[in-house]
Amino acid sequence: MREGTMDALLLVEDIHKRYGKEEVLKGVSFQLQKGETKVIIGPSGTGKSTLLRCINRLTEPDRGRVWLEGVEVTSRKVDINRIRAQIGFVFQDFNLFTHLAALDNVRLGPMRVLGMRRDQATKLAREELARVGLAGKEDAFPAQLSGGQQQRVSIARALAMNPKLILFDEPTSALDPELIGEVLEVMIQLAKDGMTMIVVTHEMGFARSVADEIIFMEKGVIVEQGPPAQLFSAPRHPRTAEFLSKITELYGETEG
Amino acid sequence: MSGFYFEWSFLPKLAQGLLLTVEITGACIAFGFVLGVLLALGRVYGGRLISIPCGIYIHFFRGTPLLTQLFIVYFGLPNWGIQLSAFLSGVLALGLNTAAYQAEYFRGAIQAVKRGQMMAARSLGMSRIQAIRSVILPQAFRIVIPSWSNELILMLKYSSIVYSIALLDLMGMGKRIAARNFNYFEVFVVVALFYLVLVLALSQSLRWLERRVRVPGLGAPGLR
Repeated sequence: MREGTMDALLLVEDIHKRYGKEEVLKGVSFQLQKGETKVIIGPSGTGKSTLLRCINRLTEPDRGRVWLEGVEVTSRKVDINRIRAQIGFVFQDFNLFTHLAALDNVRLGPMRVLGMRRDQATKLAREELARVGLAGKEDAFPAQLSGGQQQRVSIARALAMNPKLILFDEPTSALDPELIGEVLEVMIQLAKDGMTMIVVTHEMGFARSVADEIIFMEKGVIVEQGPPAQLFSAPRHPRTAEFLSKITELYGETEG
Repeated sequence: MSGFYFEWSFLPKLAQGLLLTVEITGACIAFGFVLGVLLALGRVYGGRLISIPCGIYIHFFRGTPLLTQLFIVYFGLPNWGIQLSAFLSGVLALGLNTAAYQAEYFRGAIQAVKRGQMMAARSLGMSRIQAIRSVILPQAFRIVIPSWSNELILMLKYSSIVYSIALLDLMGMGKRIAARNFNYFEVFVVVALFYLVLVLALSQSLRWLERRVRVPGLGAPGLR
């Protein structure tokens, strides 16, 4: 543990990742408090998704360390499956289990990983599906659900594991515009309920209204970070200002 | 020219042969299924140390005649002190052979499962083996049914080569009856019809199975 970080839920330190010649992450560090919502923004191809995947080692970082509540995630000795069970992950293209109905998608983790009894897991899965507004869709297969519904099932699937934090990797980028709202609503409610979250997104409305802190990343490094009010009204770095004006032009100012 | 004179009293004997054909096919398919899945998993997830030997196995059994393989097992292994009954030799040779073909079908099906599925399973904290068992294989098995059905039907027909190691399967029995009564045409036509009925029954049952386990958004293209 480092000084002054005892209270951090998640500590990310000097993460490097290289794919072939290209260094995607060039030393990224930040920390996350319990209950905090951090939003990571930045141009595509700047390593935001790679950074998220390095946190639970779905991608193995080349260098750098990650701690979750004082346990070193990046240690070779750690049981990574136990760590991952505590970190929810929501993918851009949902990745729901194709062969399973919504209810089974949500209860598979609790049953297989947490060893929960079937009836308990079923009850829990029904609750989580209701929480994301999908009561009544228990028996629907992913292919029978809209993108927004699929993404909400995947949030329920993450929630059912009772995670310490949830990582969202551009959760609305694969959605038709009219379906984005329903997913953001669920995420806003989660933030209000005190869930700890890191969200990679281009939804500036969401970032502005929900984030406790925004991280602006470019070319594998953090360019600037701070509370939304500061970043949006008085960015310190010219690249931040440039990016924000460009993205607002593209995506508009829609409040999440 | 003679007419078609089939002696109905041959039927019980042919039925007996048919039973042996079903037994051999069932046993070798089941054996090949288990070994085939393991080979496919070795190919896909094994790393070089496991993947390469699996590949060599598959190439050997797909690259050499089934009859040669059968003779190696039945006539060749006794030289090494391994003496198997004709039945076991047949099941073993056919099983080793179909395992190689099934492995290729399973490998294709496993690789047809979307990449994100494994990642999602791992992100929940499942081990690789858990993910393969709960997420990858259930999907791969559904995807593989059509090509696997072909393999089953092929094996049913190829199992007829065991007549060459003196087994009285449908083919062997037919040959014996025909040779004793000099009515090759009639007997073999009836034998062929027996095979045909079995093939039709099998492909129908597999089509039924495929419909039963079909899930929206998963399956062979065009069957959704």
